[in-house]
Amino acid sequence: MEQTNFQLKKQDTQSQEWSKRLHHATRATREDWIGRGISYLCIGVIILVVASMLWFITSKGIATFTQNHVSLWKFLSGTDWSPSQGKIGALPMIVGSFAVTFAAAIVATPFAVGTAIFMTEISPNKGRKFLQPVIELLVGIPSVVYGFIGLAVVVPFMRHLVGGSGFGIISATFVLFVMVLPTITSMTVDSLRAVPRYYKEASLALGATRWQTVSKVILRSATPGILTAVIFGMARAFGEALAVQMVIGNAAVMPKDLISAASTLTSQLTTGIGDTIDGTLPNNALWSLALILLLMSLFFNALVRVIAKRGQLKHER
Amino acid sequence: MNKGSKLAMGIAAISLLLVGCGKAASSTSSKESSAALSGKVTAVGSTALQPLAAKAGSNFTAKNSKVNLTVQGGGSGTGLSQVQAGAVSIGDSDIFAEEKDGIKADKLTDHKVAVVGMAPVVNKDTGIKNLKMAQLKQIFTGKITNWKEVGGKDEKIVIINRAQGSGTRATFENAVLKGTDAVKSQEQDSNGAVQKIVSTTPGAVSYLAFSYFTNKLQAVSIDNVTPTDNNVETNKWKIWSYEHMYTKGTPDKATTAFLKYMDSKTVQDSLVKDMGYISIHDMKVTKDAKGVVTQN
Repeated sequence: MEQTNFQLKKQDTQSQEWSKRLHHATRATREDWIGRGISYLCIGVIILVVASMLWFITSKGIATFTQNHVSLWKFLSGTDWSPSQGKIGALPMIVGSFAVTFAAAIVATPFAVGTAIFMTEISPNKGRKFLQPVIELLVGIPSVVYGFIGLAVVVPFMRHLVGGSGFGIISATFVLFVMVLPTITSMTVDSLRAVPRYYKEASLALGATRWQTVSKVILRSATPGILTAVIFGMARAFGEALAVQMVIGNAAVMPKDLISAASTLTSQLTTGIGDTIDGTLPNNALWSLALILLLMSLFFNALVRVIAKRGQLKHER
Repeated sequence: MNKGSKLAMGIAAISLLLVGCGKAASSTSSKESSAALSGKVTAVGSTALQPLAAKAGSNFTAKNSKVNLTVQGGGSGTGLSQVQAGAVSIGDSDIFAEEKDGIKADKLTDHKVAVVGMAPVVNKDTGIKNLKMAQLKQIFTGKITNWKEVGGKDEKIVIINRAQGSGTRATFENAVLKGTDAVKSQEQDSNGAVQKIVSTTPGAVSYLAFSYFTNKLQAVSIDNVTPTDNNVETNKWKIWSYEHMYTKGTPDKATTAFLKYMDSKTVQDSLVKDMGYISIHDMKVTKDAKGVVTQN
């Protein structure tokens, strides 16, 4: 009797426990909720940060035009940059930024593509063992170090080579060339490796030489990837501030040639921001430069997306 | 204005954060200290004053361990706008608040803590040791472009300016250019960069605070007056400025004590001189915000 009673009681507690277990969320479910909550929170914070930055830079950047009533056209086409006297023509910096960016990309791309072909097609073993770490190392070097080397080595070298003070677009190009090289190379390597093996096999089977295969088949089909790599490199060059500022000379004048001092949007920003007062024209003008930088990086990103989409279509069979 | 205050709030938050970190670190080590003074002092601004303020600050906190004192650079403009916004307790500046657009100088209190002399510097290969004031002006306005026109080597003049709005540049232009615009040229954002570039670039000319002189570059006399501390003290050497610490309203006890310490003999007679500045106590003249100099 007592025994059954005990059993019944036990059963009762057991069923209670079961109903508890079945009606309530398990530990795993709760973990799931918490996990989801945390990741939503993180995403929310990131979105908030990005959105508020966009809003902040935009609202500050357009103050030049809304509060100080400078015409947008004058800002974009004017060549006299003396913010303390109310003259804010940003064209010298815009031209300077584009000049160093394109020059660096043009110089770096052949080297990057050559290195990438060596690493993937000619000597993949050496490439992986030796060149890969070297390139990763180049990515990791802080830009101030590049700038310092530029100031100590590149500037005097250019001075001896071409005369003048050594500061200018050509020195900036040289420094940026080294800085964007690893970016372009490693991304080009990725896109060359992504070329389907049977492309290469088919080409070789048809009797094409190795060089014909590389130049006509592999490079051809990796073109969208290579373009993306170049644009990423350009985005990095466009946004680079410190290293460029140290070697370009920061003269807010229209660049006449490659060997006289010029300035970029970023170099003007870093030199000027500490000496301006919130809410005044010189400060607002710098925010407008920052807005141009932001818009340009959005543009580069959009371009990468467009190219990536086109590339996908090409690979479809 | 709304946006300005938002930025100020952001910076205030960051400095609070920094001060908070400082507090956590220092509270463990300084329990036995008997100093009654406590509070937070943040001094932000001029990079020319920063080394002195930082050194004096660490000496000050060694004695008053309950005070959290943070010294940051950022430039005179940053210092003035931050103290005006109430985001920091002290705004360091190389120039008078009156000289800066957008700053309401009557709302701020000026504490002059040191004097800095500045002089033109040239690369050694130019062969220039002395210039007339008029020649210097013509060089920086772009009328003279070769060193041989002023008795030096046949070499192109490479002008290196400080950034527009820099305190050093403002001081130099007030004393030398007197209202005319400098020719557009290279701009560097710090004394250190100017020092390095002038000493390595042939034909380069710029201007530097006395403390940045090295034997790798040539400091230039003007009208045969040499750039020395003694000549600054009597205003025979005209290119100099005060280092200001600005406060807004009534500063708290810790800030007041720190400003008093900056003006004390301990700082003025040893630290200021050791670090290449000129003591405010040694000045035999006074300069006001309009640049008018009077004998003491």
